[in-house]
Amino acid sequence: MSDKVLMKGNEAIAEAAIIAGCRHYFGYPITPQTEIAAYMAKKMPKIGGTFLQAESEIAAINMVYGVSSTGKRVMTSSSSPGIALKSEGLSYLAGADLPALVVNVQRGGPGLGGIQPSQSDYFQATKAGGHGDFRMIVLAPASVQEMAELTIKGFELADTYRMTSMILADGTMGQMMEPVALDLEVKPAPEKPWATTGTKCSRPHNIVNSLFLAPEELEKFNFERFERYKYIEEHETMYEEYMMEDAEICIAAFGIAARVSKNAVNEARKQGIKVGMIRPITLWPFPTAPFAKAAEQVKQIITVELSMGQMIDDVRLATGCKVPVTLCNRVGGMIPSPEQVLEAIIEANKNGGAK
Amino acid sequence: MVVFDKPKALADVPMHYCPGCTHGIVHRLVAEVIDELGIEGKTIGIAPVGCSVMAYNYFNCDMIEAAHGRAPAVATGVKRADPENHIVFTYQGDGDLASIGMAETVHSAARNENITVIFINNAIYGMTGGQMAPTSLPGQVTQTSPYGRDVKHCGYPVKVCEMLSELEGPEYLERVTVNNVKNIKNAKKAIKKAFQNQIDGKGFSLVEVVSSCPTNWGMTPAAALKWIDDNMLPYYPLGVYKDRSAAKEDK
Repeated sequence: MSDKVLMKGNEAIAEAAIIAGCRHYFGYPITPQTEIAAYMAKKMPKIGGTFLQAESEIAAINMVYGVSSTGKRVMTSSSSPGIALKSEGLSYLAGADLPALVVNVQRGGPGLGGIQPSQSDYFQATKAGGHGDFRMIVLAPASVQEMAELTIKGFELADTYRMTSMILADGTMGQMMEPVALDLEVKPAPEKPWATTGTKCSRPHNIVNSLFLAPEELEKFNFERFERYKYIEEHETMYEEYMMEDAEICIAAFGIAARVSKNAVNEARKQGIKVGMIRPITLWPFPTAPFAKAAEQVKQIITVELSMGQMIDDVRLATGCKVPVTLCNRVGGMIPSPEQVLEAIIEANKNGGAK
Repeated sequence: MVVFDKPKALADVPMHYCPGCTHGIVHRLVAEVIDELGIEGKTIGIAPVGCSVMAYNYFNCDMIEAAHGRAPAVATGVKRADPENHIVFTYQGDGDLASIGMAETVHSAARNENITVIFINNAIYGMTGGQMAPTSLPGQVTQTSPYGRDVKHCGYPVKVCEMLSELEGPEYLERVTVNNVKNIKNAKKAIKKAFQNQIDGKGFSLVEVVSSCPTNWGMTPAAALKWIDDNMLPYYPLGVYKDRSAAKEDK
C-alpha cells in the first residue's frame, strides 16, 4: 500500500494537477477554492511552472485559452459566481476545440449567494456552460482521493476529446481533509499537431478559431462536435452503484450528497429497508443506463441534492418517468443530514413508492 | 528585377477590408517587420473581435482568434507557455482594446507582459457598422451618436497612450498614424521597435495607430486621411509616450 498524505480537497486537486503535468495555472481569488491558488502560488515557481493571479475571472479563462492554444496542459479554478464570469471563455474553448481543466468548488447562489457548500450549479455545468451548442465533461468527486484522481482523469479526457473537463465539487469537498494516495498514474498527453507554437517556417500556419461565417461550415463543425459527444456518452460515463442488487428504493446523489446518503442507506438497511444508491461520477455524460435499469426494479427514486432539484430532471429523463422521482434537499449552503435522508427513505418505504 | 513584393509573412489572399481602409497598410507593416526580424516561424498573432477578426487568414504565422477584448489575456497565456520561443502580438481595435477589453489592456501593461500590441484607433466600431467607440471624438456623428457625441451624456474619448503612460509597468508606448508616406515610415519604425523590445525581453510595447474608416466615417478615402490630420491628431497627438529603456540611457 502506498503512503497517504492528509490533504484538503482543494490541495489534492492542485497537487494532482501538477502530477498530471499541468504547469500553468491562472485564477482569481474567491472562497471556497482559494487553497488551490495558494498551493499553486507556492509550488509552480519551484518547478518551472506559471502561477498568475489574473485581473479577473474573465482574464484567467482567456489566459487558459492562450496556453491551451499552444498545446500545454492548463487549468483555472473558481467558485460559482466566478464560473459564471468564465462562461464566455468556456464557450470559446468549446468553439475552438481546446482542452482545459476548470474547477468549480460550488457555493450557494444565486447572486453573491453565500460561501457555504452547494450543488446548485448543476444546470450551469451540465447544460448551460455558455452560449451556443456545446458540452463539457463534468466530473463529480465524492472524496478527497477522487478530487485527485478525477483531476488527472479530467486532463486526460480534455486532451483526448479536445474539450473542457470541469471538476464540479462543492465547498465541503474543497475544505475537508482526508488521507490521499498520490502515486497516481498519468497517461501521456496525445500529440497536438493543431497547436499554435510557431510554424518554424516548416508547416502551414495553424489557426485557433471559433468564427465561421458560412453557416454550412459552422453547422458542419457543430455536427462533428456532437458526433464526438455521442462517442463520449457511449465510452466515458462513470458511476457507482451501491447496494442496488435487490433495491426497491433508489437514492440518486453525487458529491457530498452521496456521502451523506450512503450513511442513510446503511442505516435504512439495518432497519430492513431494501434501499440502494446510484452515484453519478460523470454528470455529463449522465449515467442514463443504470437509472433506466433501476426504473424497472425500484418503486421510487429519491434524488438528494444541495439545490432546488436540478439533477432530478436528468433522473426523470433517464427513467422515462416510469417510477416516481422525488427530491430530498437543503439549499443556501445547508447540507441534508443522514437523518433527513433516512426519513425520506422510510417515508418512501411506507408508501410503497410515492404516488 | 523585383522592386515591390508582398512580405513573406503576409498571405497571398484577398482581404475583406473596405477600400481606403488603413488596416491593409498596418498589416503590411507588421508583416514587413516580421520578415525583417526573421521571426515568422516563432510568431503567434492574436486577433480578437472587430474588423481585424479575420486577420488569421492574412498572416502566415500561427494565429489565434480571441474573444472580444481578451487578446492581451490570451497573449499572456501564449507568451507564458514558452517565453523563450514565442513572439506574441495582438492586433486590436479601439472598441476591443479601450472599451470591453480595458481591464485586460491595463493589467497586461501593468504586468509589463512581454508582448507587442498593435492598437488600431479609428474612432469607430467598424465591423458592426459604425457605432460610437470609446475613442470617438466629441461631436463625432456615428450610428449610436446620431446627433454627435455629447460629452455631457456619454463622456470623453479615452486617450490610451496617455493613460497607460502613468503606469510603472509598460516598456514602450507610441502613437503613430499612416495617413502619408512620412507617417507610414515612422509607424513602421515604431512597430519594429515594439517587436524588437519583445525579442530583447524588455516587456509590454504598444503602438497606437491612428487610422481611418472611410466607410463608416462616410468619406472618400482621401478625405478620411485628411480628417485624421484635421480632427484626430489634435485630440490624439503623435509621439512617444513612454520609452523606459531610452529614458534610462538618457540619464
